[in-house]
Amino acid sequence: MVRYVANKFFYMLVSLFILISATFFLMKAIPGDPFMSEKKVPPEIQARLMEQYGLDKPVYVQYFKYLGDIATGDFGISMKHQNQEVTDIILQTFSASLKLGLIAIVISVIIGILLGMLAALYHRKLIDNVAMILAVLGIAVPSFVLASLIQFIFGEKLGWFHVMGFDGPLDYVLPVAALSAQPIAFIARLTRSSMLEVLHADYIKTAKAKGLNWMAIMFRHVIRNGILPVVTYIGPMTANIITGSVVIEQIFGIGGIGKVFVECITNRDYTMIMGVTIFYGVLLMLARFITDIVYVLVDPRIKLTGGKEG
Amino acid sequence: MAANETTFTSVSAELTPEDFRKIGVDEKQAEIIQRESISAWKDAWQRLSKNKLAMASLVVLLLIVLAAIFGPMFANFDSSTNDLLNTNQPPSKEHWFGTDDLGRDMFVRTWMGTRISLIVGLAAALIDLLIGVIYGGIMGYFGGRVDAIMNKFSEVLYSIPYMLVTILLLVVFEPSIGTIILALTITGWINMSWIVRGEIMQLKNREFVLASRSMGAGSGRLLFRHLLPNAVGPIIVTLTLSVPNAIFSEAFLSFLGLGVQAPRASLGSMINDALTGWMYYPWRMLFPAIIISLTMLAFNIFGDGLRDALDPKLK
Repeated sequence: MVRYVANKFFYMLVSLFILISATFFLMKAIPGDPFMSEKKVPPEIQARLMEQYGLDKPVYVQYFKYLGDIATGDFGISMKHQNQEVTDIILQTFSASLKLGLIAIVISVIIGILLGMLAALYHRKLIDNVAMILAVLGIAVPSFVLASLIQFIFGEKLGWFHVMGFDGPLDYVLPVAALSAQPIAFIARLTRSSMLEVLHADYIKTAKAKGLNWMAIMFRHVIRNGILPVVTYIGPMTANIITGSVVIEQIFGIGGIGKVFVECITNRDYTMIMGVTIFYGVLLMLARFITDIVYVLVDPRIKLTGGKEG
Repeated sequence: MAANETTFTSVSAELTPEDFRKIGVDEKQAEIIQRESISAWKDAWQRLSKNKLAMASLVVLLLIVLAAIFGPMFANFDSSTNDLLNTNQPPSKEHWFGTDDLGRDMFVRTWMGTRISLIVGLAAALIDLLIGVIYGGIMGYFGGRVDAIMNKFSEVLYSIPYMLVTILLLVVFEPSIGTIILALTITGWINMSWIVRGEIMQLKNREFVLASRSMGAGSGRLLFRHLLPNAVGPIIVTLTLSVPNAIFSEAFLSFLGLGVQAPRASLGSMINDALTGWMYYPWRMLFPAIIISLTMLAFNIFGDGLRDALDPKLK
């Protein structure tokens, strides 16, 4: 187990290193320098700016300095919001996104599993059909379309919620709904198919033959085994929620990290882009790492092959 | 007990050697083919055509493709001519889908956008297919060390979040249809290669491969004539399901201003453009949104139906 975790951790670091390096060299590949678009700047000031950002040194020196800075959590200074550290901007805006994302994850898991379980228990009945139609819709309708739609219906027409902004607890309803629709659909489908498989397994027949009552069979056998595949979805779900939040925050005017990301890309604020990219990268890779470990913990049938290959 | 014994004796009393005559199956009868034999493809098609939802989505897809090809011809407008006297007009006889903020006809633009979204989706999926089949085929066929190294490489690549790589690439190389497709495929092929690898690994131990090998077939012949054609079902399903993914990714990139650039438009960038004033001009959002949702829905349902039809073991 320790070897397995160490192995996974090592590969996570390798991937992270590749992402960080790729970010650096891709940004270096952009023709011109970041101050070209500004008004005509006297050469002295230009040189001074280059010095301030360390751009006058050879590329490899910049690269190692950059690696060292990132290791200490320093992503440099934003190129558009001067005097503001990238790390500070990320930390300030992250809390709003984190809250939104966590709520969406919790809601997705609960509703998704419930929906999938109901569909499996009432296989080929009305509930199953309705749940699966909802699931297909949830997967197919892009989150931004759904977000605009519910914003229009419940915000503008019915006036139940604020159209924009993010102050009271009620303001979470629409963004969370838009954000969790797709994960709910995925989880419901995963749960349904694996529950159906479990319900027909021999050990369920054995449990019934032993005379175990329905509740005990459900809780001790069916649910425990049936929701296992959902664990594998933790990683992709995080990715899904992060990508979704970029758009959702834009639509609902929430000042989270997703909105910052869109802004810095439109403004070509390179230090910000690098910072947020690496921040997202760390987040996603951690989520995948946790998925790998949790999956082995909850399912003892998984063979630990990762450790041997090393 | 006593009752049982009496029944036994009464039954046995009626048994004659005649009862132990071998009835058996007439072996000559078994050889006669009752029905026309169906190929695997015909069988799959029969199963697919019984799936009403899948067939309906196939029809929807065909309609959307036809509209994307021929739709712009039916209107008397150009997709990029501005008409500043008629901006943000609601749908009318003249402009079937209304006009946008520069007075461009939304009907023409919607179908042009559909065309571009479909091109991006299909091209990305086909490139994924090409790289994935070759890479996955080599991994699965040769196995051993080759497989270990190549698999590790794809795993490391896969664990770098693909949206971030795509975004970075498009920040550096200006977005155009070509660079967008390229950025989408840079890690998009990995999934396909894993599907192919798994299939090939299962197939290569089967008897027909051994038979072909013992008759002197080389690696290339085995791989392309025997292994890949047998893995084609899962490959097609993955292909069908990766098209809507690419379309969605392009739409998402449009939100970051990294999608197809003006004056060209994709469905995603049209939705993004419409977002600012869509409470007042809902038609600007509605038509592209409906088309993109329908396209993705149809691809997903059709892909699911295809999977059920090609692999009856699942369900």
